[in-house]
Amino acid sequence: MTSPLQQKIKITGPSVVTANRTWDGVVIYRDAHKGWTTDLAEAAIVRTADDARALLAESTADDVGAIGPYIAPVAVNDNGTVEPGNLREQIRRKGVTIDLPASA
Amino acid sequence: MYAYDEIDRTLINERVSEFRDQVKRRLAGELTEDEFKMLRLMNGVYLQLHAYMFRVAIPYGTLSSPQLRKMAHVARRYDRGYGHFTTRQNIQFNWIKLADLPDALEDLASVGIHAMQTSGNCTRNVTTDQWAGVAPGEVEDPRIWAELLRQYSTMHPEFSFLPRKFKIAITASAHDRAAIKVHDIGLRIHKNEAGETGFEVLVGGGLGRTPFIGKVIKPFVHGRDILSYVESILRVYNQYGRRDNIYKARIKILVHELGIEKFAAEVEDEWLATRESSLTLDNEVVEDIRSRFSYPHYQKLSDTPDELAAASADPHFARWLKNSVAPHQRTGYAIVTLSLKPVGGPPGDATADQMDAVADLADKYSFGEIRVGHEQNLALPSVARRDLPALWRQLDKLGLATPNVNLVTDIIACPGLDYCSLANTRSIPIAQELTRRFANNDLAELIGRLHINISGCINACGHHHVGHIGILGVEKNGEEFFQITIGGRADEHAVVGTLIGPAVPFAEVADVIEDIVEAYLALRARPDELFVQTVERLGVEPFKERVYATR
Ligand code: HEM
Ligand code: SF4
Repeated sequence: MTSPLQQKIKITGPSVVTANRTWDGVVIYRDAHKGWTTDLAEAAIVRTADDARALLAESTADDVGAIGPYIAPVAVNDNGTVEPGNLREQIRRKGVTIDLPASA
Repeated sequence: MYAYDEIDRTLINERVSEFRDQVKRRLAGELTEDEFKMLRLMNGVYLQLHAYMFRVAIPYGTLSSPQLRKMAHVARRYDRGYGHFTTRQNIQFNWIKLADLPDALEDLASVGIHAMQTSGNCTRNVTTDQWAGVAPGEVEDPRIWAELLRQYSTMHPEFSFLPRKFKIAITASAHDRAAIKVHDIGLRIHKNEAGETGFEVLVGGGLGRTPFIGKVIKPFVHGRDILSYVESILRVYNQYGRRDNIYKARIKILVHELGIEKFAAEVEDEWLATRESSLTLDNEVVEDIRSRFSYPHYQKLSDTPDELAAASADPHFARWLKNSVAPHQRTGYAIVTLSLKPVGGPPGDATADQMDAVADLADKYSFGEIRVGHEQNLALPSVARRDLPALWRQLDKLGLATPNVNLVTDIIACPGLDYCSLANTRSIPIAQELTRRFANNDLAELIGRLHINISGCINACGHHHVGHIGILGVEKNGEEFFQITIGGRADEHAVVGTLIGPAVPFAEVADVIEDIVEAYLALRARPDELFVQTVERLGVEPFKERVYATR
């Protein structure tokens, strides 16, 4: 795998680093304190390619805690709340868009 | 049912303890994800959007009731109370935790179930007709041969790292329910003039980015030679298949690039040099496998019992009988399809409670056996016709008697963007909307046989290319769009569908499908001209006009 430090990284707006937690697969985001959170509101937000690269490199280094970290777009609203930047990330955050089959 | 021998049981159990150790080392940080990924994939563990996904094989689509109960147990205990039956006779659990996986595998191993051959560039779970052993007119039970191929290919050292995954399907009936023409190798069992069993061998079929219909490589390979012949195909593929480009790595590309004649000649050379090997199957071996399958002790029963005549006065029962019940090899028995396509539900999903209940019904009415078909439905293969009314009442209560088998709402759909990390678009909500649009049973019957298949990306897990109507999700500027093809089919007349025009947005898909169906109803020559036949006769133009005239 190419180290994130050598990868060409382009971002078009505010972004986060997201991954799946190793032991259970749950969606997580890199926070600003070198840890992971399940809450997008607590994710570290980067706005430049350099910052994104650094955050990704730091995330990738934690191979035990997380699988497959990558940069994902977010939208930051005027009041500061953060939303996923595309449908895929919305589904990862909120779960499937359908009702799960429920056992009676 | 097939009884595994000691070798299989030992192998399965060893795999579980190996995997337990691997998971432990991964969680302790002793294995990196790069190192671990292949190990987990070898045990059917993928990563999806929200969680790990666990794919479990249902060899040749046959399950015993204790096996199905164990699936229910895994769904309930380690997942969210349901499982998803796929188009390749597998079941997938969508929410399982890595830390729980060794336990889940161990629980399944106790009933001889495993996840071998559900992932990786090996020969995958060999699939066959879900009506194997009970279909009228069948040449012989194809599961015997599926089992031989399973034993041969499981962890085969030479073919565990093929250029790409490899899928084999077998049918022994004139009507192909196993989609053999869209598999890497398709095998059709038939008899030669001497009455000996052999195989028509097809090669190079496949879906995905570049769909191909399989071509006949040899019209008759004697049963005793089938393993050596398959091995020769694998060997030629292993040698020449492209490893430099994942999009060109499947055997279908090699067959296409070399041409079937040249490819066949390569295989023939290889085979002639190696056919007299330990792979030759003498009768004893085949009979030994056959003897490990147990068959029901059928009774002498009537095809027209009084119970059936009385119940048929109920139009709901009569409709279900017509659409979900098929003739059986034995007089007095029937094959019952359990639709996993309720109106508004995700295709192919069954809850743990449903699985338990089906296992109980199988014990009561079908000699403890359950089948899984590539259309993502279940079947009870051997039900006495006199029991049909009682069975129907119970299935109806369980939501498993939707009378839509082979009709427009019997939709195949992949998990799509609700679960899958490779997806462009969702597919399940499209299927759900279509089942609501066509929920009226009279309308569905008026339309007749019509297969709608949906995939959320070009990988084609939902078989969209070979749907009578195919729906493929594509992304345009971050929005979900869908390409529509018509005229595809997956049976013995398999053909890839034709695109009707530009992709349409998510919100319009159901309207477009309704337009296509209305056009068909207006255009068909006779009430029994199927949708695919009308498309074959008229081409796509009239449908295209109808769909795009107002859009
Ligand atoms: C995590 C979920 C899944 C992943 C990552 C996945 C991945 C893929 C990929 C990459 C291909 C293309 C292979 C190629 O063309 O070389 C493929 C094909 C296919 N998959 Fe899946 N798949 C998933 C789920 C499913 C499900 C749920 C089904 C059944 C409903 C399924 C059945 C198939 C079939 C039938 C094909 C096409 C046949 C062929 O191999 O040409 N897959 N899948
Ligand atoms: S077709 Fe694409 S979206 Fe659907 S399951 Fe396969 S890989 Fe995922």
